[in-house]
Amino acid sequence: MRIPLSWLREYVDLPATETGRDVQARLVSAGLEVETVEQLGDGLKGPLVVGQVLTIEELEGFKKPIRFCTVDVGTANGTGDPQEIVCGARNFAVGDKVVVVLPGAELPGGFAIAARKTYGKTSHGMICSSDELGMGDDGTKGIIVLPQETEVGKDAVELLELVDEVLDIAVTANRGDCLSLRGVARETAVAYGLPLRDPALLDVPGPNAYGYPVQVSDPVGCDRFTARTVTGLSPDARSPIWLQRRLQKVGMRPISLAVDVTNYVMMELGQPLHAYDRSQVRGTVGVRRAEQGEKLTTLDGVERVLHTDDLVITDERGPIGLAGVMGGADTEIADDAARATADVVVEAAHFDAVSVARTARRHKLSTEASRRFERGVDPQAAAAAAQRTVDLLVLLAGGTAEAGVTEVVAPSAPHTISAPADHPDKVAGVTYGRETVVRRLQQIGCDVYGQDELIVTVPSWRPDLVAANDLAEEVIRLEGYENLPSTLPRPSSGHGLTARQRLHRRVGRALAGAGYVEALSYPFVGEQVFDQLLLDADDPDRQVVRLVNPLNDEEPALRTSLLPGLLGALRRNDGRGSHDLALFETGLVFHPRADRAVVAAPPVDRRPTAEEIAALDATLPDQPRHVAVVLAGAREQSGWWGGGRPAQWADAIEAARAVAREAGAELVVRSGRYGPWHPGRTAELVVVADGAERVVGHAGELHPRVQKSLGLPDRTSAMELDLDALQAAGDDTPQAPRISTFPMATQDVALVVDADVPHAEVEAALREGAGELLESIRLFDVYENGAQLGEGKKSLAYALRFRAGDRTLTVDEASAARDAAVALAGERSGAVLRA
Amino acid sequence: MSAPNKSYDPVEVEALKPQEIERMRDEALAAFAAAPSLEALQEAKVAHTGGTSPLALANREIGALPPQAKAAAGKLVGQARGAVNKALAGRQVELEAERDARVLVEEAVDVTLPYDRVPAGARHPLTTLSDRIEDVFVAMGYEVAEGPQAEAEWFNFDALNIGPDHPARGEADTFFVEGPDGTADSGVVLRTHTSPVQIRSLLARELPVYVICPGRVYRTDELDATHTPVFHQVELLAVDEGLTMADLKGTLDHMVQSLFGAGMKTRLRPNFFPFTEPSAEMDMVCYVCRGESVGNPDRPCRTCSSEGWIELGGCGMVNPKVLAACGVDPEKYSGFAFGFGIERMLMFRHNVEDMRDMVEGDVRFTRPFGMEI
Repeated sequence: MRIPLSWLREYVDLPATETGRDVQARLVSAGLEVETVEQLGDGLKGPLVVGQVLTIEELEGFKKPIRFCTVDVGTANGTGDPQEIVCGARNFAVGDKVVVVLPGAELPGGFAIAARKTYGKTSHGMICSSDELGMGDDGTKGIIVLPQETEVGKDAVELLELVDEVLDIAVTANRGDCLSLRGVARETAVAYGLPLRDPALLDVPGPNAYGYPVQVSDPVGCDRFTARTVTGLSPDARSPIWLQRRLQKVGMRPISLAVDVTNYVMMELGQPLHAYDRSQVRGTVGVRRAEQGEKLTTLDGVERVLHTDDLVITDERGPIGLAGVMGGADTEIADDAARATADVVVEAAHFDAVSVARTARRHKLSTEASRRFERGVDPQAAAAAAQRTVDLLVLLAGGTAEAGVTEVVAPSAPHTISAPADHPDKVAGVTYGRETVVRRLQQIGCDVYGQDELIVTVPSWRPDLVAANDLAEEVIRLEGYENLPSTLPRPSSGHGLTARQRLHRRVGRALAGAGYVEALSYPFVGEQVFDQLLLDADDPDRQVVRLVNPLNDEEPALRTSLLPGLLGALRRNDGRGSHDLALFETGLVFHPRADRAVVAAPPVDRRPTAEEIAALDATLPDQPRHVAVVLAGAREQSGWWGGGRPAQWADAIEAARAVAREAGAELVVRSGRYGPWHPGRTAELVVVADGAERVVGHAGELHPRVQKSLGLPDRTSAMELDLDALQAAGDDTPQAPRISTFPMATQDVALVVDADVPHAEVEAALREGAGELLESIRLFDVYENGAQLGEGKKSLAYALRFRAGDRTLTVDEASAARDAAVALAGERSGAVLRA
Repeated sequence: MSAPNKSYDPVEVEALKPQEIERMRDEALAAFAAAPSLEALQEAKVAHTGGTSPLALANREIGALPPQAKAAAGKLVGQARGAVNKALAGRQVELEAERDARVLVEEAVDVTLPYDRVPAGARHPLTTLSDRIEDVFVAMGYEVAEGPQAEAEWFNFDALNIGPDHPARGEADTFFVEGPDGTADSGVVLRTHTSPVQIRSLLARELPVYVICPGRVYRTDELDATHTPVFHQVELLAVDEGLTMADLKGTLDHMVQSLFGAGMKTRLRPNFFPFTEPSAEMDMVCYVCRGESVGNPDRPCRTCSSEGWIELGGCGMVNPKVLAACGVDPEKYSGFAFGFGIERMLMFRHNVEDMRDMVEGDVRFTRPFGMEI
């Protein structure tokens, strides 16, 4: 809401020295968010005067039409002679009153005016447009043509109220009352402790039987409807300058007198009004819900199919307006020469906030009127607003107010709240005392009764005040949030982070420590990515959660894997010149539940039952936390120390092991095959939880086709794990080993096996065969050489370390354990000692 | 060697004459002192202390002396050999020190060489800043609560006093999730704030409840320099008997002091949120200029645009309607809550200029933040 300071002063006698900034500070402190204070006419310096065009000479031979004018500016130019001015605009004629800026003046934006040669003439000043004066849109897009009665030579800075300050207030959803000068003036008056001249305090004649006939069939949707009639509007009447200027300053465009007046009163009192051309209205005006299939062409020229929940204004023919949102085109006020509206019916009604909000949303039509009704309009102001409109039409358009006053009012009681007098004290943690509480509530217009228990009747313009805490807020904000003390509560003793939270942090640290950089990708994906990732047609990861309103139609679904986003980050980095990349991400993925249903929302006036909560939860997708890494380029850089090493499948698998170590989970790594990964270089990652094996992820080099279709560097490798599943299989209380101080015996063995025998199988056999004396085993070489080992064979070399807890092992004991290990490996995997 | 001769006078044995012993000693000392290297010293050692060295030979002659002469001759030779060995050891130490000094100089390297064999990784600053904030509150006794990101509207809106027709619901720029068979009205949204976690905490936990709820939230804003459709929030909820707005203020003050240093403070300005009543906007003193840039054109502050305050987020006393929806008796319990965006805090705390930098995963942006923030 834009509030011109000059207009605000009409209702509150602010000290003359008070600037817009000062008022801003007071209002901000009281809770109105004054975002900016615009300085209108900043830098404007006269002489800027009213002139009358005496002659116009059209200059020929230029690219665009140019006029050489003489303008009577009275004695403003010191001589009284006509002022010679060159002008490029054409929307004025001889005899028109215009605004002339004379040499020596300065226009907003530091535009200094001087006599200058142009188009072969000397121009002594300029005839001004509203743009040049910083006035906002007046709808003409040209020179300002003033009413004929304007006096020549008069100072136009004052006439057009060009210098002003405008407060721009972001009004919160609960304060519909502050979408008006009246509401902001009331807040200002309270903030300054000054009296308010309430513009709604008008003499209003009581309703009578001979007003325009109105039939309200839906008193819930419309609990108040006032209609007044003004006849004989002069077709030539235009909005006076002061009215146009105020509308411009609040951000509205002057249109025609009748429309301008209704807009003006809405801005002043907050009551949306509508003026119907009475000659176009047929019979009784009604208020009801629309009927199935009814249509209405609104003022914006759009034909709308109405919904049976839409509240409409009707006449005998059907809907003539969307109640509280926008009027209909058929009954629009006309001001063209052919059909100028002479008689108007003025509507000032009060519509149900929810109904208006729904209709506005349904028709995607947010208007000044609907914004106000949605946020709450003072129902008691309707009659005054109608009166004010009538008064202005009579005054400015020479109309005649008909004596008939229609008022249809559904009876309602004022809202009262009962609250202990010390409730604000308890909410704030400050002792204000009853007297202060009562005084503050009275200041905002409440009637307050009672001693320890207050009975508070809230004013009609504050429908947002419904409960005791609302009253507390009023008291606390007026006493000043800035005066609240600072105290610390003593929370109950907490238990620290959960195991899941600690694991999440550990995994991040472990991967970052291993050289991975964390990326946080958006979870939005397009389903074609699953084809690019070579997922089978029936892969469960193709079952996605879709958005109704995605930002990007190409990516309407939520991720089921972290890889699309993380690979996107890899590609982006690569494209920006970072080629040696190791990235990781942890985050939720989304799997829709097959049996999901839509459930009715439980009420909010009580705790939902366990069943209701479970039913709500059952509508949600499963959202496990995953961890993923992607690698490309060099994992180890080359340098003065020697060569580097490219990132490869083994790095990705090692990242999985590192994560599993953090989770305390035993991770089984075995050869596997899955969608995006290279079929010969894929590890299936398995844990055992509750006695059952579970595949929790995959790691390895990506499939060359995936690298190609996603535009990834060659040999990009990746790993993805279900971190929650891994945690379930983990143990976060590792047990201490017994450390023997007896000497160690080392035995190396090289075993020849078939090339397709996995190391893990051989190692497991060696470990089992070696028995308890084995302290550790480590593969230190893999060797393939057809000539030496035979085709299809490979040699695996292991270092076995033996140690006993209670004695020094003899050579024979260590050798026997080694032999047993080798024997079992031979039995299980066909391993033979390399000759 | 001569055979023992009991009648011999020791002075008659040429090799054992005192002046001969002294000469042998002096020659040895001179040879050691003159040895230029450990190798030369080794040669001198063999020559002057070895089995065939003059002193060794002289020593053997002692056996040929008559008993009454042995003691004196033995003492003489012993002293000489002692002096020689001492000189040898001394020279040995000297020469070794010289060698060590030389070798260590030769082994000197260029310690400025890089060793970025595996460049350091880093956690994302949004993650570590969130951790940092959590730690402040965990230290106070709060617990960290989490919840689903695809959330039921009841938790995200209804229970927070944002009814189906509440203006805030329409303004929330919500992503809606499709229902089964592609229907639009599934009752599920991408959470627009972490407040639903507050509701879940109140429903799942015993009172009193002191939780902090960090996490990802979603709104339908296009990505640009100051907006992102996916961002992170931290919200706090305290529900206990007798909590006040002063407690809220104190908790906020404590937080900004923990994150930005001693002397920091916050300011509350009235505002409106459906889930709190009273509600407030919270600002913190600009931690860079501490408000000194206000009205001081000579010392403009980029961080707060010379406003002196930085907008943090929203807060207030939990609306009793919210408590009621969670089965908490508003007559007995009260609570406060606040929430703010981590992206925004990262921007002003670490001088991030463009929101997109936090979103795109560029390693050049993230690396400098390291492990902790």
